[in-house]
Amino acid sequence: MSTSPADSGMLDQRELDLVNQQNKAFMNPTPSDSGMLDQRRLDVGRKQHFQDFLFHKLTMSFSLIVLVSLIGIIASLAVVAWPALQKFGVGFIWRIEWDIVNEEFGAAIAIFGTLASATIAILIAMPLSFGIALFLTETCPAWLRRPLGTAIELLAAVPSIIYGMFGLFVFAPLFAEYGQPALQSTLGQMPLIGPLFGGAMNGIGILAAGLILAFMILPFIAAVMRDVFEIVPSILRESAYGLGCTTWEVVRHIVLPYTQQGVIGGVMLGLGRALGETMAVTFVIGNSQRISASLFSPGSSIASTLANEFGEAADMHLSTLFALGLLLFVITFFVLAGAKILIIRTERAKGAKT
Amino acid sequence: MNSMIKKFAVAAVSALAMVPATVQAADITGAGATFPFPIYAKWAEAYKKATNVGLNYQSIGSSGGIRQIRAKTVTFGGTDAPLSGADLDKDGMVQFPTVLGGVVPVINLEGFKPGELKVNGEVLADIFIGSISKWNDAKIAALNPGKKLPDQSVTVVHRADGSGTTFIFTDYLNEVSSAWKDKVGKGAAVKWPAATSVGGKGNEGVAANVGRVKGAIGYVEYAYAKKNNIPHLQLLNRDGKYVNPDDKTFAAAAAGADWLSVPGMGISLVNQKGAESWPITGATFVLMYKNPTDKALAQEAIKFFDWSFKNGDQMALELDYVPLPDALTKTIAEKVWTQVAK
Repeated sequence: MSTSPADSGMLDQRELDLVNQQNKAFMNPTPSDSGMLDQRRLDVGRKQHFQDFLFHKLTMSFSLIVLVSLIGIIASLAVVAWPALQKFGVGFIWRIEWDIVNEEFGAAIAIFGTLASATIAILIAMPLSFGIALFLTETCPAWLRRPLGTAIELLAAVPSIIYGMFGLFVFAPLFAEYGQPALQSTLGQMPLIGPLFGGAMNGIGILAAGLILAFMILPFIAAVMRDVFEIVPSILRESAYGLGCTTWEVVRHIVLPYTQQGVIGGVMLGLGRALGETMAVTFVIGNSQRISASLFSPGSSIASTLANEFGEAADMHLSTLFALGLLLFVITFFVLAGAKILIIRTERAKGAKT
Repeated sequence: MNSMIKKFAVAAVSALAMVPATVQAADITGAGATFPFPIYAKWAEAYKKATNVGLNYQSIGSSGGIRQIRAKTVTFGGTDAPLSGADLDKDGMVQFPTVLGGVVPVINLEGFKPGELKVNGEVLADIFIGSISKWNDAKIAALNPGKKLPDQSVTVVHRADGSGTTFIFTDYLNEVSSAWKDKVGKGAAVKWPAATSVGGKGNEGVAANVGRVKGAIGYVEYAYAKKNNIPHLQLLNRDGKYVNPDDKTFAAAAAGADWLSVPGMGISLVNQKGAESWPITGATFVLMYKNPTDKALAQEAIKFFDWSFKNGDQMALELDYVPLPDALTKTIAEKVWTQVAK
């Protein structure tokens, strides 16, 4: 609140006039007693001022709750994680070790699993959802638009445990039977990326987790992209078509530049979800504390390690799990911060161009 | 306005009066091991019917149970890995077993029916270590003369979550294999050394993975193997006999045990003597304070277990647990429960 003298005591004349004008419809003053009228105007003004004041404080306190709980979560994570962080130091982040019996821990395995599965998910989901959103907004026949859009939104409403069960009991056997042999005989034979598709074909592992994650985040990204594609003013679109642009040219030169921020935002939303997804990943990632060159081999993510091991964790193990949680927090924070920076950069670049 | 308030007040008071008096009797609370949860729940249901006293047991895991009883938020804690006598003395707690169960190695090997494949403890440990990586390994073949073993690689399936089942299983491997003892050790969760190991969440996760991956070997609670009809292995026990897992061989393992040899009755039941003993047998334990904050509630908990020991054997067998021998429950009542202050 400002601290002008008018605030603390009486309302100044300008404000009063304003209030008066706004309330003409409600006030029906009798011209005979002007003293009463002034008093009433003042009362109304005070009342409204008080309402605004209350409204401001109330909404501010709501927002502060978010901030306070965020700080509280970070602080409580850090407090419990402290013994582990102290024992293992910064090296905790790149140490490849997870020995519960001897209490020797490192986060590298879980971080690798988290980043690898999320990256696979984004690489698959991004182009797919881009295509879905384009089809829905640009080339889809009107009668199909609604059912398709609703289907995508429904996909987003499926609980993650369902994806996990689907992944383990339906997807993994099929993937082991058909998907993995096909990948191994094609991509697995290529130089450089060949080892990524080698090893035993169990159907579950980092690649399977990435694929299930892609399924999960696809509707989120597609829905956001569709929504932002729809807000492109039709005058821009129509003009481009009028100039003889093809659909792809309209998308490339009109729709995408106009909606860049929203598209990046949607992808980041998906990535954020992929990084923190727990149940579905736990079901299909294989839960092995090991880093392997092959994407077919089982691994574990930060979230799946937490979900699996909290029940029986004590002392240093428990503290280490909190440290892992804190790391996940930090990773997600950096991803979101990176997205913001990306958006600001592209905005600046655009400003420089024009 | 006033009359409305009055009406509400009258309605509220009469509603309160109608609440049955049973709610006032506090429920016994417990938390801990997941392994005995189904039988505790079943006993609790029957006990509630018989006595109107309820039990609220939360299966949060053994470590969680120990944490909760130390924080005194529950009347008793449940754990599969018994506390040592020193720890019990330090906390002023007593410990007693409540029910027995067995852990069973299960396989997915084409052409092999339940109990058809035989192994001993050392070979089992080598398979889980990863030094035996093919099913037609000479060491397995030597124990199974006349059987045609496939040239298939082994996939080890273990529990991804920390668990009492893992504790009992690794306790056994630790006991019978020096290689396992050196490399891995025992615990509710361990560092699985085999290169092809896959973790499943819960018994159902392990069962699902073993059922799906050809050449897989895992371990589950007996009830799971039996219910889902997953082929199990025959194991060589300490007396040199091959045995199949069932309630009789579990009971045989417990029969020869000297429960009072360790303070807090926290003996390990793996690799016990006896021609009929199943070597991977374990008990689950309950922890209580000798001098509890709420003495009345602690006595209620004791009454519950006393009732369950006397009336719950059939229920335990139905759920594929093994009830404690009568001599043992008598010892618990005479030597352990008497230590809890009234």
